[in-house]
Order: sequence, then structure tokens, then C-alpha cells
Amino acid sequence: MMSPSLLMFLIFIAVTLAITYWASKRSTGAGAYFAAGRQIKGWQNGVAVAGDYMSAASFLGIAGIIAFQGYDGFMFSVGWLVAYLTVLLVIAEPLRNAGKYTMADVLAYRLKPRPVRAMAALSTLTVSTFYMIAQMVGAGALLMAGTFLLSILVLSHFHFSLSAFFEAVGHVTYHERGQAVVQDFLQPGLRYKPPYGALELISLGLALIFGTAGLPHILVRFYTVPDAKTARISVVWAMALIGSFYIMTTFLGFGAATIVGRDFIATHGGTNMSAPLLAQALAGNIFFGFICAIAFATILAVVAGLTMSASTSFAHDFWTNVIHRGVERKAGEEVRVARIAALVVGAIAIAIAILLGPTANVAFLVALAFAVAASANLPVIVLSLFWRRFNTTGAVAGLAVGLLASIGLILLSPSLMAVDPPTVTGAARHLIQAKAWFPLENPGILSIPLGFLGAIVGTLVSHEPTSEDRFNELLVRSNTGLGAETTTTAH
Amino acid sequence: MPEIASRESHPSVWDRVAASQEFKNLIARKKRFIIPAFVFFLVYYFLLPILVGYAPQLMARKVWGNVNIAYLFALSQFFMAWTIAGLYVRAGNDFDKRSRSIRDEALKPGDAEGDGKQ
Repeated sequence: MMSPSLLMFLIFIAVTLAITYWASKRSTGAGAYFAAGRQIKGWQNGVAVAGDYMSAASFLGIAGIIAFQGYDGFMFSVGWLVAYLTVLLVIAEPLRNAGKYTMADVLAYRLKPRPVRAMAALSTLTVSTFYMIAQMVGAGALLMAGTFLLSILVLSHFHFSLSAFFEAVGHVTYHERGQAVVQDFLQPGLRYKPPYGALELISLGLALIFGTAGLPHILVRFYTVPDAKTARISVVWAMALIGSFYIMTTFLGFGAATIVGRDFIATHGGTNMSAPLLAQALAGNIFFGFICAIAFATILAVVAGLTMSASTSFAHDFWTNVIHRGVERKAGEEVRVARIAALVVGAIAIAIAILLGPTANVAFLVALAFAVAASANLPVIVLSLFWRRFNTTGAVAGLAVGLLASIGLILLSPSLMAVDPPTVTGAARHLIQAKAWFPLENPGILSIPLGFLGAIVGTLVSHEPTSEDRFNELLVRSNTGLGAETTTTAH
Repeated sequence: MPEIASRESHPSVWDRVAASQEFKNLIARKKRFIIPAFVFFLVYYFLLPILVGYAPQLMARKVWGNVNIAYLFALSQFFMAWTIAGLYVRAGNDFDKRSRSIRDEALKPGDAEGDGKQ
């Protein structure tokens, strides 16, 4: 006899797969595969952006990080919404007007395509793989319906009194090294402690605010809409959904801390399981199965989106445009290469996820992906759109320095480097047993300026008159949409 | 939808549009909204981690039951973001009108740049 939670889980997954199969039969050809035929409506695209974004990391990771570290975890929630202002004000419309399929298409208007495409493909693959690891470590993620239901249940647990809820948040009890601890979870400082706490918060904020606008799978959503207005409206729809979701993480995270408790979560799957365990505590096994199923379905969707952007970048930028110099030799070859690349990228991410083990908090991992995106991709996109002098050397230098700086600083950070006592074993041990060289978990505060610096210095040491000459084309295209593809047939 | 010819055959269309007064007005209009909005949101957002990090006593002050300034300030960020987004959508209608008229002007029949190839 199957348990009710497993049955619920399987039914939900079957329905999701059926819908996915039905949707997949409707798309054919390169234009449809890569950019949804450019016929999407604003609200549809907004929901898609929100779905891609509020992934495993958000639902499972955020709930866990707030359940364990209170207010400091909520700082992730804030940054992840506010970041959309950068997308809305700076990136969305120019990308829609100037873009085709990938970030490199935008750069290729004025820069030498081969070096830029090669570097951009590398950077896209890195960010996607990082992000995908987080999704897979979570192994299950979620969306609005589940969050909303959970929030209502948490509130009803406190008889719909907000003051009773926040009162309970003020006295969360858990055990640390055998000692009972009572903490006010609304007070900052549980995660980010002196001497580097303040810098950590700022570094995290920088990565979140500027990382979103450099995430390949979010950027790709803006090439799919028919005009700038739709791009704008879709960001606003996404912001409405994402904002409501992150406000509700208050109830998920603090709810798990007060109702389930840190001790129980720690021994029943770890931080990433906070939200499902909360569901189980409040409404039993069927609801637990339901939450796990939504979580899993969301992960599938996000991983699909990421694999898509990674493989698109590889096939379109690297295969067709770098290796074969822009000539697609056989019809359909690019799509086939994209599919193979998707498989390979997926396999690499799965391997690293298994290596990291289920204890790594997914929200924290995602914040690292944001740092890479903010350091490597964002400077180059922004400078290419707004700086006439910018050129190919600058783009390659910016991408390379941003990528190396962010990855390098993560490797030297306390997340990977520390001296563990011999009692700590297995996956909980730090990878490098030495004192961390870089004191912050999130490299943003240093790697983002370095990414910009690399791009600027690279530009200034070289001359490329064609790039300056062609700036007008990009300027006019990105601001007016003149010459942009409007439907698949124009391709 | 007519397609703009490639830059090799008609090198001037982008430069001509870029130099036009209409286009300059569009850019000026956009800047007048986007730059102040961007600066405001950066300052408002980074005040949060800076105050939480460097003025913890102030942020820990309780104002309603157990709810402190740190949490209320964090919550206010959501409403700040939504407000700026709403204002931008309103301003955007004007940008759309202006860019449409620039596009129509550039694609007017008779101009060689218009319906070139295909």
C-alpha cells in the first residue's frame, strides 16, 4: 500500500510531465526552440520569469535559511525582489530590442564576434552549472499556491494574530552543542557576525542586486517577447509574483523555526527540508506530499530553463558562430548540438551536486551563482549598451576577470576553506583544510568591481574604431527596437 | 514586417536616426526618469545592509510588539520596488510612443533603408 504523500507526489508529477509533453509538441525549429517564436504575452512571460526564479533555492533554501538564521536569511528575500529594478530599468527593454537568442548576440553588434562569443558561452555555462547544482542539491522546489497555503496555515496556527506570530519569533528555542539556546529571530546578526558581518551583508546585496540582470536563463526570457512594452510589463508581472512570494517567506521561515524547530529540522533532512517539514507539521502527510511534488516540478522547470540557456549558448555562440564562423552547415544542426550540450551540462551539474551532498543550503549556493553572474556578465552587458568606447578586448577581459575573480574568491572563502576539528567527518568537512584567505562568503563586493575594472582597462589599452562606429547601431536598436525581429518568420 | 537591411549595404540609417532630434529627445526623456529612479533605489536598498551592519542598536529597536525597525525597513523594500516599477510603467508609455514614431520615420517608403532585402 502506497503512502498518501507518495501517491499525491506521483499524481502531481504525472500531470506536470503530461503538460510538458503537450507543450513541447507545439514548438518546432530554431526560432521556436530558442525564443518561443517571439509571440509571448506580457503576463505569460512574467509568470515564466517568476517560475524560473522562485526555484528550489527560493522555496526550500530561503525557508531553511530563515528557519535557522532568522532575520539575516530574510535579507536574501529582500535582495531577490529589489534586484528586478535593475532588470526593469537597465536591461529588459534594450535586450529585447537588440537581442536575438543569447547575451553574445547583443555584444556581437559592435564587437568582434568570435572571441566575445567564446567567452560569453563559457561564462553562461559557468553560471548555469552553478545554479543548476543548487536546484539539484535541493531535489525539489515550489511555487505560489503551496507558499500561500503554507502561510495561511502558519497564521491559523497563531489564530491569525500577527502580534502572536512575531511574539513567538522572539523566543525561538534550539540546542547548540548540547546547550539550550533562546533567540530572538527578528534580530539581525544570527548569520553575519562581527567582524565581517556588515561587509558580508553589503557583498551579498551587491551580488543579488546586480546578479539577477546577468542570469542567462532570466535574460533569455526577454528575447522572447514581441516588443519593449511587453518586456516591461512582463518584468512588472514577475515582480508582483516574486515580491508576494518573498514576503511570504516570513511565514515559511519563521513558521518553521517556531512550529517545527531547528532541532527537528536538523535531524530530518537539514535546512532545505524546512518548508516540507512545516507542511507536514501543520497539515499531515498528504500536504507534505503535495508540497514536495510542487517543489520537484518547479525544479524540473528551472533546470529545464537553465539547461536550455546553457545549451543554446554553446550551440549558437560556440558551435555555429565560433567554430563554424557563423555558417550553419546543415539545417537543424544547431538544435541537435544544443540538445547534446544540454545533456552534458546536466550531467556535470548532477555530478557536482552529488559531491556536495544534501547538506549544502541551496539559497546560499544560488547566491554564489548570482555573484558570478554579477561579476562576469553584467559589466560587459552594461558597458556594451552604454559606453561608446567599449570594445572586444574590454569584453573578453571583463568576462575573464569577472569569472576568475568570483570563482577564485569563492574557492578561497570560508565556505570551502576552514580548519575542522577531527570530530567533523564526511561531507560536512571543508574541502580545503586551511584558514580562509578571503574572509567573506560572498565575493560580490570585490569581484564585481574587478569585473568592471577588467572590462574598462581592457578597453582602454586597445583601439577598435569599428566598435565605436557601430555604437550608433546598437544605440538606435536598443532604444527604439528598429530592425528587431518581431516574429519567427522574419528569422 | 519589413526588415532593416544590413549595415554593409546602407551604412547610414543608424547614424542618421542617432543624430535626429527626435531620437535625442527620447534618450533625454529616458534618462530623466531612469537615472534618478536607479540612484534612489540603490541608495534605499543599500541603506538596509549598511544600517543593519553598522547601526545594530538603532535597527534592533522594537516599534510594534516584537517587530523591530530592521524588519520593517526590510519589508518596506518590497513596496519601494513595486512603487518604482509602477511609476516606470507609466513613464514607459511615453517612451513607446516616441520610439514608434522614430521607427515609422526610419521605415517610411521611399527611404532606401526601408524594405531592402528579403
